[in-house]
Amino acid sequence: MATQKTVSATGNAVVADAMRQCKPDVMAAYPITPQTTIVEEFAGFVAKGRVHTEYVTVESEHSAMSACVGASAAGARVMTATSSQGLALMWEELHVASGMRLPIVMANANRALSAPINIHCDHGDAMGARDAGWVMLFAETAQEAYDNTIMATRIAENPAVLLPVMSCLDGFITTHSIDRVDVLDDESVAEFVGEYAPQNALLDIDQPVTHGAFAGLGGPFFEFKRAQRDAMERSREVISSVGAEYSELSGRPFGAVESWGMEDADVAIVVIGSTAGNVRHVARQLRAEGVKAGIVKVRVFRPFPYAELAAALSGVKAVAVLDRAESFGAEGGPLFLEVRSALYDAETRVPVAGYIYGLGGSDVRLELIERVYSDLSDIAAGTAQPGGFVYLGAR
Amino acid sequence: MQQLTEIRWHARAGQGAVTAAKLVAETALELDQYMQAMPEYGPERMGAPIQAFTRISTIPIEIHNNIEHPDVVVVLDESLLSIVDVTRGLKEDGVVIVNTCSPAAAVRSRLGRTTGRVAAIDASGISLDKLKREMPNTPMIGALAKATGLFEVDAVCDHLTKTFGKKFTQEIIDANVASVRTAYEEVSIDG
Repeated sequence: MATQKTVSATGNAVVADAMRQCKPDVMAAYPITPQTTIVEEFAGFVAKGRVHTEYVTVESEHSAMSACVGASAAGARVMTATSSQGLALMWEELHVASGMRLPIVMANANRALSAPINIHCDHGDAMGARDAGWVMLFAETAQEAYDNTIMATRIAENPAVLLPVMSCLDGFITTHSIDRVDVLDDESVAEFVGEYAPQNALLDIDQPVTHGAFAGLGGPFFEFKRAQRDAMERSREVISSVGAEYSELSGRPFGAVESWGMEDADVAIVVIGSTAGNVRHVARQLRAEGVKAGIVKVRVFRPFPYAELAAALSGVKAVAVLDRAESFGAEGGPLFLEVRSALYDAETRVPVAGYIYGLGGSDVRLELIERVYSDLSDIAAGTAQPGGFVYLGAR
Repeated sequence: MQQLTEIRWHARAGQGAVTAAKLVAETALELDQYMQAMPEYGPERMGAPIQAFTRISTIPIEIHNNIEHPDVVVVLDESLLSIVDVTRGLKEDGVVIVNTCSPAAAVRSRLGRTTGRVAAIDASGISLDKLKREMPNTPMIGALAKATGLFEVDAVCDHLTKTFGKKFTQEIIDANVASVRTAYEEVSIDG
């Protein structure tokens, strides 16, 4: 295990620190609440000479991701950070980055999308980009946001993957709360991520290559997309092995799906991000009262861990899925759709109830989680059916 | 000590409540406890009522929501008592600490609290005397240490010296430490 230091810091501060430890060649970024302090801290590291990164200040997120694409294609290790409207403005370049197979690492401070204007947490920004071809990691805590950033670098740059990775943390709840975090020493991180060996770098003039060429009618566009899908599939194994190696280094567990109480659970909640902590807290209390409650936290959303999720949920009598994002017109939020899909091939059909919660930072009070478990107990007992669309705690 | 203590801070923006919430959390970390500190973010306007939160615990903290049922409420500005329900959700045996010239018993009757502990301290007066400006946040931490027994006053002063040492002059650090100690000595406690 590596030497570690226990610090008191915000999620954003430790994400910036993890990025510094990964030594990117280039960072191109534009500030947006609640991501700002990541790029601000990082700019401070550059100014103080604590990291030798070419820091490109740009005029928008559209330009930020464009500059990242250019720098990454040139052969640099590239990082950035954004949030909400910023991520939305990057939309076209997100697809360019993944289509050109550029291993860019980006932190996303999850925040609601306008309108109405709101600066607080939900997952609508990231979920809107879920089909952009990026590997997507989500953190429950500042600690996980730190750990995910370091793992993201290794996952993205693995020659079998070469995909951009988005590392998400909950706006304000995780980005701005001061938390207890164990950080690795610089040398251990440098050794873990290693030197970046770019493939097909534009600046490698001995091996001239073309990036992002025209691949129109009759061209290989279709095959490019299949190659991207194959890379995303290969990333499952890479995420798992990088996670295992990182666990060894840090002493902290990592799983695409992380379960608590699922060995004998009757009822389970599936959730992403900081709310997993609130749910586990309530599950512990219910366990003490004799309710067999469990929780399944999804830490990797793309590629979605269907097999792990189905395995974790096998044997339960009722499942609830908490979504912090909408998919208007669908039967439930993005996570709900994935979970139901993961359970389709299961031997017994488990009832799945979908809840939308916490949009725009709406507070996730513990009694709301208690209500979900209580609904599940009724469904498990056969006295209620899942159905309808529940906006948890909406006035 | 119970495993988890939840503290809610009420203040006006600019009085240093967020710094106080953070200082208490960091003091707990130095005592190898688990901690969280977070402001409630909204539009920032000097003088507007704000809340901040601190959780300290002997075991890892998993919850991330706002504090609805605090064990301790700290009020940095007495004028908030007439516009904010500061004791909302406060546990029956909870502690409320107010920056005021009135004695604790008078604060208790003003708040209508029949249970728990009420503490009063003239933190503004202390800061005007020691710091020559009104910054009630650090004296309130001294009062908090005495009224709750969560940590020794020395632990606060040690941490304050360490963290303020990075950005303030010795004079300011000394004045803050003196504010904390004076508040610790002078806080009036009822119940």
